Amino acid sequence: MSSYHLDHLQYLETEAIHIMREVAAEFERPALLFSGGKDSICLLRLAEKAFRPSDIPMPFLNVETGHEFPELLEFRDRRAKELGAKLIVRTVDEAIAKGHAHPAPGEISRNKLQIPVLLGAIEEFQFDCAIGGARRDEEKARAKERFFSFRDSFGQWDPKNQRPEIWNLYNAKLNPGENMRVFPLSNWTEMDVWEYIKKEKLEVPNLYFSHERDCFWRGGQWLPVPPPHTDSTKSDPFAGARPKQNEPIKKMIVRVRTIADMISTGMIESKTDTIDDIIAEVAAARVTERGTRADDKASEAAMEDRKKAGYF
Amino acid sequence: MPHTHPIELLRFNTCGSVDDGKSTLIGRLLYDSKSLMEDQIEAMEKSATITGGGQINLANLTDGLRAEREQGITIDVAYRYFATPKRKFIVADTPGHVQYTRNMVTGASTANLSIVLVDARQGVIEQTRRHTYIAALLGIPHLVIAINKMDLVDWSEERFTEIRDEIEDFLPKFGSFHDVKFIPMSALSGDNVVDASTKTPWFEGPALLHHLETVHIASDRNLSTFRFPVQWVNRPNNPTNKELHDFRGLSGQIASGIVRAGQEVVILPAGIKSKVKEIWSYDGSLAEAFCPQSVTICLADDIDVSRGDMIVGLENLPGRSTDLQARICWMNQRPLSAGKKFYLKHTTQMVQVAVTQIENRINFETFDAEPNPAGLALNDIGTIRLKTAKPLLFDGYETNRLTGSFILVEQGSNATVAAGMLFPPLEAAKPEYADFAI
Repeated sequence: MSSYHLDHLQYLETEAIHIMREVAAEFERPALLFSGGKDSICLLRLAEKAFRPSDIPMPFLNVETGHEFPELLEFRDRRAKELGAKLIVRTVDEAIAKGHAHPAPGEISRNKLQIPVLLGAIEEFQFDCAIGGARRDEEKARAKERFFSFRDSFGQWDPKNQRPEIWNLYNAKLNPGENMRVFPLSNWTEMDVWEYIKKEKLEVPNLYFSHERDCFWRGGQWLPVPPPHTDSTKSDPFAGARPKQNEPIKKMIVRVRTIADMISTGMIESKTDTIDDIIAEVAAARVTERGTRADDKASEAAMEDRKKAGYF
Repeated sequence: MPHTHPIELLRFNTCGSVDDGKSTLIGRLLYDSKSLMEDQIEAMEKSATITGGGQINLANLTDGLRAEREQGITIDVAYRYFATPKRKFIVADTPGHVQYTRNMVTGASTANLSIVLVDARQGVIEQTRRHTYIAALLGIPHLVIAINKMDLVDWSEERFTEIRDEIEDFLPKFGSFHDVKFIPMSALSGDNVVDASTKTPWFEGPALLHHLETVHIASDRNLSTFRFPVQWVNRPNNPTNKELHDFRGLSGQIASGIVRAGQEVVILPAGIKSKVKEIWSYDGSLAEAFCPQSVTICLADDIDVSRGDMIVGLENLPGRSTDLQARICWMNQRPLSAGKKFYLKHTTQMVQVAVTQIENRINFETFDAEPNPAGLALNDIGTIRLKTAKPLLFDGYETNRLTGSFILVEQGSNATVAAGMLFPPLEAAKPEYADFAI
C-alpha cells in the first residue's frame, strides 16, 4: 500500500461507510432495510465495516408483499441471525387485515401496497431514518435522488425541493414526524455491486444462479410458477398470478437478475454458476436490470410517482 | 467490458446555459461508449414517437423527472455512470438556468473535473462566466471548455479561437486550474466527443473522452496534512468479552493526509497529545491509512474524545476560532441579511452561528466584489463574517476542501441554505500539551 491509491470499489466503499456512520451518529432511531437481495447484502457488509467490533446499531426492517420467493426469506432470516441483528418484518397481508392498506380492484401486484406498510412500520417504531440499497443507475427518477432523501410527515418525496448536498456534508435535521431515507449505494452501478460481492466473497441467495424452474410467459417475460396453495383456510395469495389455461408451463434453466417478488420478477434464461459468470453476463447485457421488472414498466414516470407517495 | 485490474474513478460535472446541449453530450457519451441499454433506447423511442415527433432525444435520458421532460430543461442534478476499459465515471449533469445555480454548486462540489459548454454561435455569455467562476471557486482542479454546435458555424477555426481567447482572457481573474482544455465539438453528431473528428483538421486533439480517460488526477488529493474528524465513537461495551469491553475506537473518514500506527497525534480541541495504538479495520489492523479511507483509530491513552473532535498530526495544526470569514453561495428563496442565526455543519459537528456581516457580493457582470450589500439573494455569491457558539477547528478551503467547507441550515425549516468556503485561519490552534511536558 505504498501508492496511496484507492480503486473505484474502495472509493465507493469508503463513501458508503462514511454515510452509514453519519446515520448512526445523527439519528436516534434508524433502521436498515434488508430484503435479502444483492444490494442490501452489500449494505450489510458495509454496516459491518462501519460499526465493528460493536454491534450494528440499528435493526433490520423488511416489508413482505406475501409473494416472496421462499428461499429469499430463508436467506434473509439466516443472515440477520448470523449478524446478531434484530429483524423486524411487516407484511402487506397484516396491513390489509387491519385496514391500513387497500388493494385496488383487479390489481394483483402488491408493489404499491408496500408503501403504507413501510410508512406504518416507520410510525410504529418511530424510525427517523431508513437506510435503503437503492442506486441511482437503476432508474431515471432515482438518478435525481440524494444520499439523504428528506420525506415530509406524509412520507412524500418532493423532487423539486430537495436539499442540496455539497461535499460530504449531509443535513440530517428533522422536525418531529418527518424522516429520512438514506442510500449509501447511490453511486454504485449493478456491475459495482457484483464486483463488490465477489471481492468480499459475500453469499447471495441461489436465485441469482441458474437453476431449473417452472415458468410461464406473460406480459413479455418469463414468470415463475408460484408455489401450490395448501392452506385452504386462507384465500390463495397468488390468485390471479398463476398460469392460465392458455399459458403453458415450461421447465427452464433460469435465474433472476433483480429480485422483486414472484409476480413481478422476470426470470432470465441463463447458464451462470459462479459470481464470475454473473459479472460476465452483466457486462454483456443489453438491457438494464429494471428491464425485467414489471413494476417499472407501468409508465415513464412509474418510479417517480411511487417515490412521491412514499416508496423508497 | 469486464476489467480484471482495479481502475480509477473520475467524477465530473457538465454545466452550461439552457440549450447548450449538456444532456445531449452526456447522452452521446453514454450512447457512443455503449453504456446505453436496449430498454433505455426503446423507452426513448417510445417517448419520441408519442411526444417528440419521432426523433430520439438524447436529453430524455438524463432528464428523469416528468416536469423536466415537459419543459425540456434540467431542473435537478442527475447522476449518470459509465465506464470504459480505462476508467469509471460519475457524471453530475447540472442545470443551466440561473435559478438552479445552487444545483450546479452541488454537482461541482465533489467533482475532479468540470465541463463548461459554450454554444459556438452564441459565444461567451453570462452563464459561461458564472459557471467557470463557480468551478474555480469550488477548487475543481481540471477544466474543459467544450465549444459545442461547431457544425452550426461550419467548423470555423476562427470562431473557435475567438471564443478561446475571450475565455483565456478572464480565466486568470477567477483563480488557478491545474489544467484547462478547449475542445471544438458537436454533441449531436458526436464529433470530437468519443472519436477525433475529421472535420477539425486544425485541432490537435484530443477528443473529449480520451481526455477524460487520461487526465492526471492522482495528485488531486491532499496527502500532506493529517486531519481526522471523529465521526462516531466505537464502544462495543461487551460485558462478556474482556477484549471488547475495553475497546474504544474513534471512527471516521480521513479528510486529508496519512496516519501510521505508532505515530504521535494531537486531539483537538482538548489539545492533548497521544499515540496511535492501532488503526483498526474490519479487514484487520493497518500499518497506515490515508485519505479518503474510513477507519477506526485506537489511541494509547484513555482520553475523552467525542464526535466533532479532530485528530491531527503534530505539525501544521488547523485554525481554531469562533470568528470566521467565508465565501458562500446563498441557496434559499429568502435572502440572507446580517444578524441571522443558523446551524452550521462543518466536518462532523453542528454548531449555532450568527452571520455578523455581509462584506461583499460578487457582481456576475464584472466579477468585482461589491462591498456592503443589503443582503445576499438566491444564487448570490459573497463574502461574509460569522461568529460560532463554539470554536471551529478548520483549514482554509484552498488547502483543504473538507476541513475548509461548511453548510448553513436554517433553524425551523431545516433547509440547507448556503454552501461556505472558509478563508485561511489567522492563527493556528495552540494546544497546551507543551505545559504538560516534564
